[in-house]
Amino acid sequence: MKTIRFVAVSWLLQFKMIMRSPFDGIGNVLYPLFFATTAFFVFRAGDSPRTLIYASLGAAVMGMWSSVSTSAGSAMQRERWWGTLELLVVAPRHFVLVLLPSTLGLASVGIYNLVATLLWGRFAFGIDLTIEHPFLFALAVVVTVLSFAGLGLLFAVSFVRFRAAWVLGNFFEYPVWLIGGFLVPLALLPAWVHPISWVLAPTWGMSAIRGAALGGHPLRDALVCLGLGAAYVAVAVLVSQRVLRAARERGTLSLT
Amino acid sequence: MAAIEAEGLRRTYKTHTGTLRRRAKEIQAVRGIDFEVAAGELFGLLGPNGAGKTTTIKMLITLLIPTGGSARVLGLDVVRDALEVRRRIGYVFGGERGVYDRLSGYDNLRYFAELYGVPAREQKSRIEGLLELVGLRGREHERAEGYSRGMKQRLHVARGLLHDPEVIFLDEPTIGLDPVGARDVRATIASLTEAGKTVLLTTHYMFEADALCDRIAVISRGEIVADGTPDDLKRRVSAGRVVEVEVFGVADDALGRMRELHGVVAVAVEEREQAQVLVVQTEPELELTHAILGCLKGADVGRVSYREPTLEDAYVALVAE
Repeated sequence: MKTIRFVAVSWLLQFKMIMRSPFDGIGNVLYPLFFATTAFFVFRAGDSPRTLIYASLGAAVMGMWSSVSTSAGSAMQRERWWGTLELLVVAPRHFVLVLLPSTLGLASVGIYNLVATLLWGRFAFGIDLTIEHPFLFALAVVVTVLSFAGLGLLFAVSFVRFRAAWVLGNFFEYPVWLIGGFLVPLALLPAWVHPISWVLAPTWGMSAIRGAALGGHPLRDALVCLGLGAAYVAVAVLVSQRVLRAARERGTLSLT
Repeated sequence: MAAIEAEGLRRTYKTHTGTLRRRAKEIQAVRGIDFEVAAGELFGLLGPNGAGKTTTIKMLITLLIPTGGSARVLGLDVVRDALEVRRRIGYVFGGERGVYDRLSGYDNLRYFAELYGVPAREQKSRIEGLLELVGLRGREHERAEGYSRGMKQRLHVARGLLHDPEVIFLDEPTIGLDPVGARDVRATIASLTEAGKTVLLTTHYMFEADALCDRIAVISRGEIVADGTPDDLKRRVSAGRVVEVEVFGVADDALGRMRELHGVVAVAVEEREQAQVLVVQTEPELELTHAILGCLKGADVGRVSYREPTLEDAYVALVAE
């Protein structure tokens, strides 16, 4: 009970901080709209309403992913700048549990990204999105957010060990748009890319959201997405103690 | 059982120099120190910047793993029993970092109360009591980014006490504070031992250690060069005398020559407005004024005065040895 309360209160406070940050706040408000606009202009050439809905959902998940991939790294970097990282490490809680509300907060911002993109598509470009399975759609969104939080957590743990790793967060942002099938169907990508796509939860999250919105069988994709998210958390738990010990041995926790 | 014990505690850092040809270099920050702090004692670790104070404290609070020796807090090994040590200690450091600026002071404390597992039903009263103690009552719902340095420092102290720790580590808690802010923080520190806490304080202000500490260890270049009560340390130099020379533009080689004079214990330079003041500690019964002035040829010399050594001089002499 104490742990659930800790995660809930910390998530709320982390969310407060994200919303109060001019950089994160404005970025999270505007970026999804840019993504959506670009996607709509590119796919409008196809002249098919279904293609536009496909792009609309892809742009929505792009926003969610960008929020986690770039912000999870910079969030850890900010803890270093603020001098709070050491305070988190020296607290008597499992370090993964300490980081979880932060990445969960960032992933939650992704829900706004999704809603903003779909509304932008509706009112600015007239794309009418009818969701085939509303319940499964909501489930797919929640599962995607959770799996993104799991991946963000794994990123965050590695950022604690490798100070320059936050740059990698930015590096991962764009390839995953492509490899995750956000804008282009995976079938169009070379065969050697597919195994990489399969180990990425965003691929399955995207597929589940599209399946629920456009008709299909999203449950399997949602379950794989959730399973991968849980696997990321498990890896983060396994490596976190080793990562922290290495940082304590090298004395890098206080460095910015 | 001592509340804090360090035996041969040692810490080296590996750094690299050069960009293309990187060379590893080892820096010995703490060179095998021994000390004990009794339960309920306020113990000061005093030393100049870079002496190894913060490294020592970080080993004791489990943030750094020692490269040699061992340390125990409340009988628990700081490496093997790190989690249990963390539950029972509080850590406060000086400066403006370590605060979530975008949260209010109250929310900062709420977050750390959760982090330290303070029971939900006790949180409100605990936070309010601490806000009262550190004098932040009435400002707790403002964002911390608007707090003065002193207010942030007091927020740090409140954070460190949230889970009612038995042992508290204070790393230069008054650094950079104005005199009034520093006095308030010192008053709070003094009240901690009255409440039965064990406190390890690091500082480079001699007067602060003198005013607060039951015992002091002076650390210089990673080694403890003296320890005892403030009175013990004062006695070490009470037999000497101090010559102060006002001078305008003193060269480094002049200071070097002065340090080599027979009977000179320590030489320090203090900046005072336009001038510098050389503070030269000498052994008793020796008249070294002429020899000191002889080393200052070429510099403009002003007033020369004499006084008895203070605790500050004892500290300067110890770290200059």
